[in-house]
Amino acid sequence: MPEPILSLADVHAGYDGVPVVFGVTMEVMAGELVAVVGANGAGKTTTMRSIVGLNNPLAGVIRFAGRDISRLRAHQTLALGISYVPEGRRVFAKLSVEQNLLLGAYTEKSKAEIKRRLEEMLELFPVLRERSSQTAETLSGGEQQMLAIARGLMSRPKLLLLDEMSLGLMPALVEKMMETIVAINKSGVTVLLVEQMVQEALEIAHRGYVLQSGRVVHTGSAQELLDSEDIRRAYMGM
Amino acid sequence: MNHRALKRKDLFWLALVVLLALMPAVSAVATNTFLMHVLILILLFSAMAQTWNIIGGYGGQTSFGHSVFFGIGAYGAGMAVVTYGLSPWPGIGIGMVAAAAVAVLISYPCFKLSGHYFAIATFAIVEIFHRMFLVWYWVGGALGLDYPVVEQGLKNFMWYDTKTGYYYGALALFVLVFGIVRFLESHRFGYYLRAVREGQETAESLGVNSQAIKLTAMALSAALAAMCGAFFGQYNLRVDPSMVMSLDMSMKFVLVTILGGAGTLAGPLLGAAVLIPLQEYTRALWGGLGGGVDLIVFGVLIIIIVIKQPAGISGMVRDIAKHIERRRAAAKGGTSIDAP
Repeated sequence: MPEPILSLADVHAGYDGVPVVFGVTMEVMAGELVAVVGANGAGKTTTMRSIVGLNNPLAGVIRFAGRDISRLRAHQTLALGISYVPEGRRVFAKLSVEQNLLLGAYTEKSKAEIKRRLEEMLELFPVLRERSSQTAETLSGGEQQMLAIARGLMSRPKLLLLDEMSLGLMPALVEKMMETIVAINKSGVTVLLVEQMVQEALEIAHRGYVLQSGRVVHTGSAQELLDSEDIRRAYMGM
Repeated sequence: MNHRALKRKDLFWLALVVLLALMPAVSAVATNTFLMHVLILILLFSAMAQTWNIIGGYGGQTSFGHSVFFGIGAYGAGMAVVTYGLSPWPGIGIGMVAAAAVAVLISYPCFKLSGHYFAIATFAIVEIFHRMFLVWYWVGGALGLDYPVVEQGLKNFMWYDTKTGYYYGALALFVLVFGIVRFLESHRFGYYLRAVREGQETAESLGVNSQAIKLTAMALSAALAAMCGAFFGQYNLRVDPSMVMSLDMSMKFVLVTILGGAGTLAGPLLGAAVLIPLQEYTRALWGGLGGGVDLIVFGVLIIIIVIKQPAGISGMVRDIAKHIERRRAAAKGGTSIDAP
């Protein structure tokens, strides 16, 4: 059996020593698209933040590509190939779209390489090309979200963590967003997707984890989770 | 990036510098000592505010400690001339390095904390340095340093007959500081700095070393502020703790920038162009009322600005430009969108 690219073993995490996540264990294989779903406050974002190193776990081990990354800081996990797109589309409002994208390639030194990636992103998100010299604050919510994802891809990550991409988007845009995520995954990037929109996320994912009050309560293939009576009742209102 | 717009903006600055350089050729200006004095101070305070703007405006870290760096620069030049009988230039260099070192030492622990710790800590160092220099015999203590009469010219950076030498000195300082900030604006470092201001955590998750970025900006800002301080000392032919290392002086760095518009290239110039004439004329008119009249005027202006237009004068200029553009577009289109 191949080794997972990312694994969490009994991870406890929280803020200022107060735990929010209690013993989460999960695995992501290279090339997979895995969804982490659950209600607001289930600990999804906290789990993400502990993976990237914005909040180091209080206990437990996180491994990435065979290496213990539990104690690394955000810029170090980035250097290893983990890119995190935070929730709430944290784009730099006063910077231009292009500058936002360039920041995503902060760690890349070769100018030619940066230019190539920039071109690639503008190809993937044509709407950003039209607006590349505008400040990010002038973009619509959906466009800002696209920009945040494109910025996250500028570092050429092996693993992309997407946090609540659907937040505040209208349904038509959510669908488009999900299509984009599938396309990114098909291009070879492993994706770990955090979502409150359980059905939409599971429809595109290979596998899923359901988080509740800081614990994994269900896991399985996306189809199994979609078919599960419990989950349908709890999260999809069916 | 819109290169044509950028070029046009730079042309404006170039034209302004040429115009300023030609000023002393107009004899009505050159012979009016008070006017020359006001112009020199406008250029000096624009440069000072611009140095603050690097960390305070673009970097979003409010420093009330810039008079310390300013003072260190003034003492650097002053001690070279008064204590060691040298030209001020080596002192200016040493002052700049010392100011940058002090800035980094103070900022290093503070930048790790979020919130207002940095602002509070910088407040405290002004008081500490002021007291320290008051009782420090080696630097002249409370009496300060009084410049001897030495040969005038660029070597000693001193002129007695006219203010033209100082004027060009201030202009060179202005061009240098504004040029550096203009360069930073379009350079990577400039938008890294702004990114850290807008979302430190997001920037960090992209791999930006925010601590290093802020410290670099702070060191640069402090070194340039020290250079301004050296000019101030040379201009007044005197340095003492209350003159250069006071909260009053620190406030001027902050107020001029905020009034003009923090985080913009033009802001410091606009702020200084409004505040300095006000300060100098009120001082000339009501100087008999005692010190601080200029600060009262500053205070009132700041209150008005913060209420009316938090982006400062540059924000007002932008609003007016937008308004005119809209009018013009409306006139072209035949309909007025301003009509109620």
